[in-house]
Amino acid sequence: MKPALVAGCSDERSDPVHVSGPTMTMLSRRTLLLASPLLFCASHLRADPSHRIVSIGGAVTEILYRLGRQDEIVGVDSTSLFPEEALKTKKNVGYVRQLGAEGVLSLNPTLVIASEGAGPPDSLRLIEQAGVSIVRVTDEPSAAGIAKRVETVAKAVDAPDRGAALVAEIEKGFKQLAEAKARVTRPAKALFVLSLQNGRPLVGGQGTTADAMLALAGATNVASSLTGWKPLSDEGLIAAAPDAIVMMNHGPGGAASDPFAYPAFAATPAAAQRRVIVMDSLYLLGFGPRTPDAARDLMASLHADQVVAVKP
Amino acid sequence: MTVLALDRDDLRAAIRDRRMLLLLALAGLLVLVSLVGLGLGATGVPPSRVLAVLADALTGRAVSGGDALIVLQVRLPRLLLGLLIGAALASTGALMQGLFRNPLADPGLVGVSAGAALAAAATIVLGDRLLAPLIGPLPFGALPVGAFAGGLLTTLALYVVATRSGRTSIATMLLAGVAFGALAGAVMGLFSYLSDDRQLRDLSFWSLGSLSGATWTKVMAVTPFILPTLLAMPFLARGLNALSLGEAEAFHLGVPVQRVKAVTILLVAVAVGASVAAAGMIGFVGIVVPHVLRLIAGADHKMLLPASALLGAALLVTADTVARTIAAPAELPIGILTAAIGAPFFLWLLLRRQGGVVL
Repeated sequence: MKPALVAGCSDERSDPVHVSGPTMTMLSRRTLLLASPLLFCASHLRADPSHRIVSIGGAVTEILYRLGRQDEIVGVDSTSLFPEEALKTKKNVGYVRQLGAEGVLSLNPTLVIASEGAGPPDSLRLIEQAGVSIVRVTDEPSAAGIAKRVETVAKAVDAPDRGAALVAEIEKGFKQLAEAKARVTRPAKALFVLSLQNGRPLVGGQGTTADAMLALAGATNVASSLTGWKPLSDEGLIAAAPDAIVMMNHGPGGAASDPFAYPAFAATPAAAQRRVIVMDSLYLLGFGPRTPDAARDLMASLHADQVVAVKP
Repeated sequence: MTVLALDRDDLRAAIRDRRMLLLLALAGLLVLVSLVGLGLGATGVPPSRVLAVLADALTGRAVSGGDALIVLQVRLPRLLLGLLIGAALASTGALMQGLFRNPLADPGLVGVSAGAALAAAATIVLGDRLLAPLIGPLPFGALPVGAFAGGLLTTLALYVVATRSGRTSIATMLLAGVAFGALAGAVMGLFSYLSDDRQLRDLSFWSLGSLSGATWTKVMAVTPFILPTLLAMPFLARGLNALSLGEAEAFHLGVPVQRVKAVTILLVAVAVGASVAAAGMIGFVGIVVPHVLRLIAGADHKMLLPASALLGAALLVTADTVARTIAAPAELPIGILTAAIGAPFFLWLLLRRQGGVVL
């Protein structure tokens, strides 16, 4: 395991400090003590400058790939579904909230970058005890949250420039999104359906990532009277009268079922025009670098009858 | 046939020998699976290195380095927690089946699991923030404390409900436990309705049980609750044996029936409460391990209780070793594996006997 960075050490790469043998013997103990932080730095600098990263959380992994640091990733969690090669080429340390300390440590990481929800806390504590630094990344589903996430990850992997460039790109995307949103004259009334087991819709109310995404796409969430992911009754669904249904497909083969096969859905305005929008789950709700694109796609689909002029 | 030729004392000695042999075999199995558990893991630490680290730690020599951390801070506390919890779940299962004189009894019957689960759900959903001021700065957060307290309080309440003029009706306790279980299920449903995405996932993983995140603090926290229980259990063996004839018969044999009931329920509540608090819900061990041993060696609690503790510990340690190596570096929830490992063995034993369940 590589030594952790000591406070006062510079992150910048510079010429390694060489201490030759004879000089060492002549140093008094006090000098050696004073010089030890320097030696510590030197050993760090002489070591391979790249990290061995375990990336916990879909958005974190996505950001690391966008920063070009994919080669430094040695392990990802099971929610790291994009890019697809992440789970194919990296070790899978399991579900984000159910990590095993030894499993993570077996990859011999120097750095763990984890989304806020990662756990259990005792596993993370053991990983830290083993001398691996853990960087926690906010989960907040907003434009500001994404920018903060990118900055935190970029700082952790010593790539502030690429991080700033990525933030600028994302902010530009959000700016274009806002401009397009301003041209939406009639916001679509949308309902986000997470799952549809036996015709019982589980929908996204206030405080969910789905609610945040609908807002970004300029739509009105007809389930905003609910908080969190909640089942919606048939009558509640008919009363909500959504113009469009938004659903997710979970990876290849996980096609969403047809909501209009159920009577309550068939009675909504959405059914009249068969407006169901199905998008990839992580793209839609991951709140990573691709979010402005996802919001723009969703906006274009939701407001297809209006001129929104969405350019990719 | 030769057994028939022996006189009574020889017969007793032979039975004792056979039981000693079984206990020794189980102890050997436990040592074996413990060593395998210490030696296996996502990190490749060679067995010789594991033994060297252990020897160094035992002799008080300074140990450091990554291997030592893995062995001493990750695997060893996890092994000890697995041993304690496995032993507690299986032996309290034997206690419950003896007390209720029912082969389907498990430690959860006295409400301890339902109470702990309910309290855990409340703690997860209402949050450490709400409960933290009550509990203070504990090293392991509010969840285990809440679960433990919930289990104990529920058992106490059921005991009070089932006790009239100093006599506890086991049947009333069983029925009250069923009613409370239904109520707890309903309230837990309400909590899962109120919970957000994160809390719901915490809830579902907690209910699957896991030894991940085992620390020395947790081992230290459960030991005072589980170890005395294990040590006290042999003293109940005679009483439970007599109870298998019926309460009145046991009373006429000079067994202090009420005291045996009260002590048994207390021990189960304390040991299972601590286990559930530290590792969540781990099913199957409590109900099936005593059955396996009854099929092998009969229903005498003098043998059944210690043997259950040994086999329960071995089963849980084995399940945990599989849980953390089969999908390494990821982990499976242990509740899935206790059943996957234990159930086929149990079925095989039943089929081989063809005699059905003996109690």
